[in-house]
Amino acid sequence: MPELAIHPDRGASAGLRFPAHAIDGLAGTSFKHQHLPSILADEEQDRGFFEVHAENYMGAGGPPHAALARIREDHPVSLHGVAMSIGGPRPLDKAHLGRFAALVERYEPLLVSEHLAWSTHGTAYYNDLLPLPYTEATLRRVSEHIDEVQEAIGRRILLENPSTYLLFKESTMSETAFIREIVRRTGCGLLLDVNNVFVSATNHGYSALDYLSNYPLGDVGEIHLAGHAEQQDDEGDLLLIDSHDGPVADAVWRLFDIVIGRCGPMPTLIEWDSAIPDWPVLKAEAKAAQSILDRHAASFGQEKMHALG
Amino acid sequence: MRSVSPSPPEPARGCRYAEGFTPGLLDPSCTTPAFVAGPNCKAADRRFNVYRNNVTVSLMNALADIFPATLRITGEAFFRAMARFHVRETPPTSPLLFEYGRDFPDFIERYEYAQSMPWLADVARIERAWLDAYHAADGGVLSPAELAAVPPDRLGYLVFEAHPATRILRSAFPAVTIFSVNRASGPVGRIETTAAESALVTRPALDVEVRRLAPGADRFLGGLVAGETMERAASAAGEVNADFDPAAAIRTMLEAGAFAAIRHGG
Repeated sequence: MPELAIHPDRGASAGLRFPAHAIDGLAGTSFKHQHLPSILADEEQDRGFFEVHAENYMGAGGPPHAALARIREDHPVSLHGVAMSIGGPRPLDKAHLGRFAALVERYEPLLVSEHLAWSTHGTAYYNDLLPLPYTEATLRRVSEHIDEVQEAIGRRILLENPSTYLLFKESTMSETAFIREIVRRTGCGLLLDVNNVFVSATNHGYSALDYLSNYPLGDVGEIHLAGHAEQQDDEGDLLLIDSHDGPVADAVWRLFDIVIGRCGPMPTLIEWDSAIPDWPVLKAEAKAAQSILDRHAASFGQEKMHALG
Repeated sequence: MRSVSPSPPEPARGCRYAEGFTPGLLDPSCTTPAFVAGPNCKAADRRFNVYRNNVTVSLMNALADIFPATLRITGEAFFRAMARFHVRETPPTSPLLFEYGRDFPDFIERYEYAQSMPWLADVARIERAWLDAYHAADGGVLSPAELAAVPPDRLGYLVFEAHPATRILRSAFPAVTIFSVNRASGPVGRIETTAAESALVTRPALDVEVRRLAPGADRFLGGLVAGETMERAASAAGEVNADFDPAAAIRTMLEAGAFAAIRHGG
């Protein structure tokens, strides 16, 4: 992923404050501060990466920055924004964008991502990833917002596909066509959340495999896996909720296996944000992802050798 | 620099979804927007309710995280009902959730069902200050040696620079005692004191510390934080409490790391 490397001409940041760690084909986990002592005490030399929600590190100082700086010494870090409101109709919050850019500069994350969603409107912040219609007008607006973010941080972001519970009657294109066109216009990369694909496909009655075959897998720079919960819609049909509160479902593991088989090993994150288990449980999920990545790495390596031979 | 337009540009046609989507997120009396649906035009009430629930519950959870002692005092059901009212009335205005809840103590003070706990709002104010101290900028603290190096005849003229984490809160109730026992994990027994208490909240390194300040000491440290000279702050504290002990107050402030530096010494 050479495009995702730290931008070479970022002035002061050219002298790196943190070691450069490789992230290709690695599994990682959400970084939760309660796990820090276990992670530091872990005898096993673990090369996994950690992902943090950018907003949690936008305070001036204190324990959050101490913990992130500590983990960043030994591990690759991925910076995941949850509140940029890229999918909203209003202009981006310049102060928030400035804080985001400052974090990229300070922590030199290997990956930087945000969501195809919105969370702010008017003066209110709704603390959820809200959905948007897929139209020419929203396509233009989202593309402008991504251009603005990439300009502000001096590098490419990865855009995450949403999990959604409803559709907009005004939508004129599919989510995959929308995402494909955003990539073409902005040059951004993609964070493919396989659980979100499964959740949305179930909720809207389409096939997750069809979604993946229309999705630009070649632009993926990171994968997310997470657990989901089950509810029912108005007609008693299954409605899946992207809850991030449990282990990855078997069906999602199978889709992940297929995706990696097609696009090769990718940095893959286990997201677990509520009902957070002890570190060994989370680590075991990451190991399960790593074993799938490693299995495909072997065959992708062989293919490369064949191609060279 | 490009010039800044006085008001945000009107959203383009086809960008009105947020205006239609947001009112129902916090107002349960709003119906599901007409422009959303399930697949094959299925009804979407329960689908829209997922978003209503995500927004309201996640913000209630944010308040529960910021105000754990308040929650422990009131119990889960009481707290969640109170938090739901507040979330609907006053959603966050910043995408940084650790900034949320600044209006919650005032809301608690007005909240009909909390009137029997007149000290609850002050406990919440200490909790809010605790989180501000947690996220405050890092900085060194004034050492006893720096203060000891000042000639005694200059002490009265000293002016101090507060450490970024330092907060002082006054209460007419034993709010610090109530806060402390309810933030700890042990059992909470009967609280015998009814005396007014003030809190000194500091974070000299990574751990936030909350101390009870003696009457007068709160006025003294509050004066120093506000930029008064030591002499002026001490004399004002003496008016509040004839038994005010400046030496003890100075020991407390050094131990707590309340100040970063001596700004100037007259």
